[in-house]
Amino acid sequence: MASMRDIKRRKGSIQSTQQITKAMKLVSTVKLQRAKQRAEQSKAYFDCMYETVTSMLAKAGNLNHPYLKTGQPGKKAVIVITSNRGLAGGYNSNVVKLVTKGEFKKEDVTVYAIGKKGKDALQRYGYHIMEENSDIIEEPSYVDAMAISRKLLALYATGEISEIYLAYTRFKNTVVHEPTLLKLLPVEAPADRGAAQDTGSKAMMNFEPEDDEALELIIPKYVTSLIYGGLVEAVASENGARMQAMDSATSNAEEMIDHLSLMYNRARQGSITQELTEIIAGANAIS
Amino acid sequence: MADDSRNFTLKIITPDRVFYEEEVSMVEFNTVEGEVGIYKDHIPMTMIIAPGILTITKGEDVKEAALHAGFTEVLPDKVTILAEIVEWPSEIDVDRAEEAKSRAEERIREHAPGTDMGRAELALKRAVARIETVRA
Repeated sequence: MASMRDIKRRKGSIQSTQQITKAMKLVSTVKLQRAKQRAEQSKAYFDCMYETVTSMLAKAGNLNHPYLKTGQPGKKAVIVITSNRGLAGGYNSNVVKLVTKGEFKKEDVTVYAIGKKGKDALQRYGYHIMEENSDIIEEPSYVDAMAISRKLLALYATGEISEIYLAYTRFKNTVVHEPTLLKLLPVEAPADRGAAQDTGSKAMMNFEPEDDEALELIIPKYVTSLIYGGLVEAVASENGARMQAMDSATSNAEEMIDHLSLMYNRARQGSITQELTEIIAGANAIS
Repeated sequence: MADDSRNFTLKIITPDRVFYEEEVSMVEFNTVEGEVGIYKDHIPMTMIIAPGILTITKGEDVKEAALHAGFTEVLPDKVTILAEIVEWPSEIDVDRAEEAKSRAEERIREHAPGTDMGRAELALKRAVARIETVRA
């Protein structure tokens, strides 16, 4: 059995770790609330955007626009949204896994990393990191999303990249976060075309300017909004994941402290018993 | 003008917030095809927004804002504007807009190779829209 002093020291160290994890949990709870609110506020925009684009595509039918053309040769750009800091459970590695375990060939992929952790991990795996914009995850703004989408769309237009994906963590609710791989371009017409047309008045929608041009102008906005939505949700998920991780760390520490307290008390009792036995034995020997 | 039956719902959403949501009688803004004014019972239409002044008329009350980019979905009794950037006059920094205006004009005048003329023009239009919104 370990000595009393060792156990006491160990207990102290775990206690201070627990204090840190507890504080981190509180911090991420507050941050989560803020991020969640933000994600909810922007949700209206994306829902509306998504509805418009799908109804447009449903109506447009077989438009032959480059934004809709699939199967072109060229590289695949993946925007990988992770966090800059660790200690968030499986949050970062789950997103990275989407890329490494997915159907991508390493040579075909160029990574646009947002978040240091994802960038580091993918770099280690030997992926080609085209760009890193890790600062924007701290305070995502629409302008940042615009800059990224403009750059990618320009590359898409020249044919340098043929597909654009977004790997991020979807924020379903406080406890459920889903790592998601989303195809941004080419836009896939909704599989359920009939359902989109059932939306009544939307099927009668007119476009000004005409379909082709409208598509040309709306799709970039659509891509930007998806990237922004990804950023906002990723921040919420990150804090949610960290909160959970820190919560379980705190309760694990609690468990360990309980166990160590028991061991400590047992050791203390043992040493007292031993001392007593020694004293009695000594007294007996003298008499 | 104050006839409530001629009102429709106007909803302006930005990525960060719901900018405006109320019953109004008319809304005017600038699209890539030109300026438009919309009353109730407009035919369903989707339009792309160009930088300009957004004018919201609600009875006697007229409000203005600078609307820069986005698109709008018009239905007979509802107009939804998905705006990437929209600002009330109180939120606009005139000095910055003036600065941006002269910078954009400079760029267009010089016409240096490698300048993205489309972007410069857009920046100029945005700056002008901002300044005009505050002045109006």
